[in-house]
Amino acid sequence: MSTWRRVTRTARRTALQAVPSVLAILALNFLLLQLAPGDAADVMAAQTGSPTAQTVLELRSRFGLDAPLLDRLAAYLDNLAHFSLGMSPRFNVSVLSLIGERLPGTLALMLTALGIALVVGIALGAVMARFAGRPLDRAISVISLCCYSIPGFWIGLMLVVVFSVKLDWLPSGGMHSVGIEESGLAALLDMARHMVLPAASLSLFFVAIYARLTRAAMLEAQEQDFARTARAKGLSPSAVAIRHVLRNALIPVTTMAGVHVGALLGGSVVVETVFSWPGLGRLAFESMMNRDFNVLLGILFLSSLLVIVANAGVDILHSWLDPRIEDVG
Amino acid sequence: MALLDVHDLTVAFPSVTAVAGLSFSVHESETLALVGESGSGKSLTALALMGLVPRPGRVSGAVHFGGQDLLALPEARMRQLRGRDIAMIFQEPMTSLNPVLTIGRQIAETLRLHEGLSARAARLRAIELLDLVRIADPGRQVDSHAHRLSGGMRQRVMIAMAIACNPRVLIADEPTTALDVTIQAQVLDLLDRLRRDLGMALILITHDLGVVGQWADRVVVMYAGRKVEEADPIGLLRRPLHPYSRGLLGASPRLQARAHYRLGRLAEIPGSMASALGQAGCPFAPRCDVRQDKCDSVAPALREMGEARLVACPVAA
Repeated sequence: MSTWRRVTRTARRTALQAVPSVLAILALNFLLLQLAPGDAADVMAAQTGSPTAQTVLELRSRFGLDAPLLDRLAAYLDNLAHFSLGMSPRFNVSVLSLIGERLPGTLALMLTALGIALVVGIALGAVMARFAGRPLDRAISVISLCCYSIPGFWIGLMLVVVFSVKLDWLPSGGMHSVGIEESGLAALLDMARHMVLPAASLSLFFVAIYARLTRAAMLEAQEQDFARTARAKGLSPSAVAIRHVLRNALIPVTTMAGVHVGALLGGSVVVETVFSWPGLGRLAFESMMNRDFNVLLGILFLSSLLVIVANAGVDILHSWLDPRIEDVG
Repeated sequence: MALLDVHDLTVAFPSVTAVAGLSFSVHESETLALVGESGSGKSLTALALMGLVPRPGRVSGAVHFGGQDLLALPEARMRQLRGRDIAMIFQEPMTSLNPVLTIGRQIAETLRLHEGLSARAARLRAIELLDLVRIADPGRQVDSHAHRLSGGMRQRVMIAMAIACNPRVLIADEPTTALDVTIQAQVLDLLDRLRRDLGMALILITHDLGVVGQWADRVVVMYAGRKVEEADPIGLLRRPLHPYSRGLLGASPRLQARAHYRLGRLAEIPGSMASALGQAGCPFAPRCDVRQDKCDSVAPALREMGEARLVACPVAA
């Protein structure tokens, strides 16, 4: 079977499998949030300073929060069927426009972090495997263990202290410089400068994971018979490592990368808060504090979609990387 | 003048000496069989010739090939010979091919490396080679991955890969052990035909004396990393001189006299090779049925017994 046919077949199958998952996720998200104490009306009433029971009830009925649970679920699903995520009681704008405003920032941050994690992690893992057991391997191993165990927000804070406060090389937060109107390449560069620290603190953990994973997978693959065959051809060690060993070792690494998209989104909540990055993570945090459930549901829905799309992407990537897949599916 | 001359080859690991002072030579267009049970050092001998002994193994002695000692060559120079002048196929065709690359690319890789062919030319040559090893529809199979092929076909692909650059020596390490009996003969016939057509020397590693009788020109019997007997196959099968060769023959189902079947079982050589490691005298002494007292202390030297016949046993006659 040609590579193209294999890939399209996998794509079709994954898309069909995604539909029931999305529906189940929607219903579960909605019902689980109802378990949290309080709602938007409570928070808003509290913020008026002198709430009465009457105010709370009025607010609740205005936002339709007093209807029975299943009616609200039905209304929510009905909204969704019409491509609407509802309104935010807090900001009085549609959830879709709120998310649309924040999504690009988060996507840019996440994709950059994932890209850094994969490229740097795989490269470090390959170096570690090449020098397995020697001082270089040990050194990287210790560093990656540190990156693996230090929480992202702490790394973020330390990066700010060193690179923004002490050295003054990079901005400590935000996505663009304030008060400067730039366009085109200059704006992009400005954003890139702002992204260095948050992307670094978000990706370090994953760099460590991919480095260790790549190392283990490569050490395993280079003991396989096909690696010996490649050496018997007269290939140089680096040609054996890159063309034969790494290609096989990438399969488990890409699997993990798909799983990690969800974790990256979780991590971006913390990192965006530390670096005041205007993204979905911060929006999620704020709507949680405000009990702005429509917004939160919208973000959860979107993040589940992201995870599903990422996993589908990994499946498709696998069907390209590993020709044996076709016989399993 | 021998094409490949192995002299006093020793492969030592920290805990065991796997090959001890092995000498043999192979001539152009000749098939030399290395015979012995598992652990006799056959495969490590092959890897030593390729310069691929895994760490921490240490190789000493000399392997003369084309006027140079392969063991003394720097690794970069050895890489140029490996796969071009000396090629090897392995026992496990199921796992010896890379699962994620097409077989065409794996064959082409050797050609591009050693002959500097373009991608297109290497692909065309790969199709020719697949045809040469009798793979049906090579133009289509060239884009297949290994998992779509049967064991016999995979071994043919391995052979195509190994002969891609017309090597002068081909080492086949138990090439048919993992295959069905019916496929075995096909693969060995193919190897034999290629040996004749390409004029290459074939070092055939096997534990199967049936293979030896049919395909080898000369046989070296190995035990515990040493050569215990060297003979022409007919002579060896008719009248094995070393007690170990006799034992091997007795344990071989196809060649033995019917008496063994009548008795309902094959003869076995009692004991195991593990007992031979690191002892002073003849390595086979603990399992030998004609053992004498001196066998425990003196390692027997190879003696000439007639034309082109060597045996390392003082008792043999």
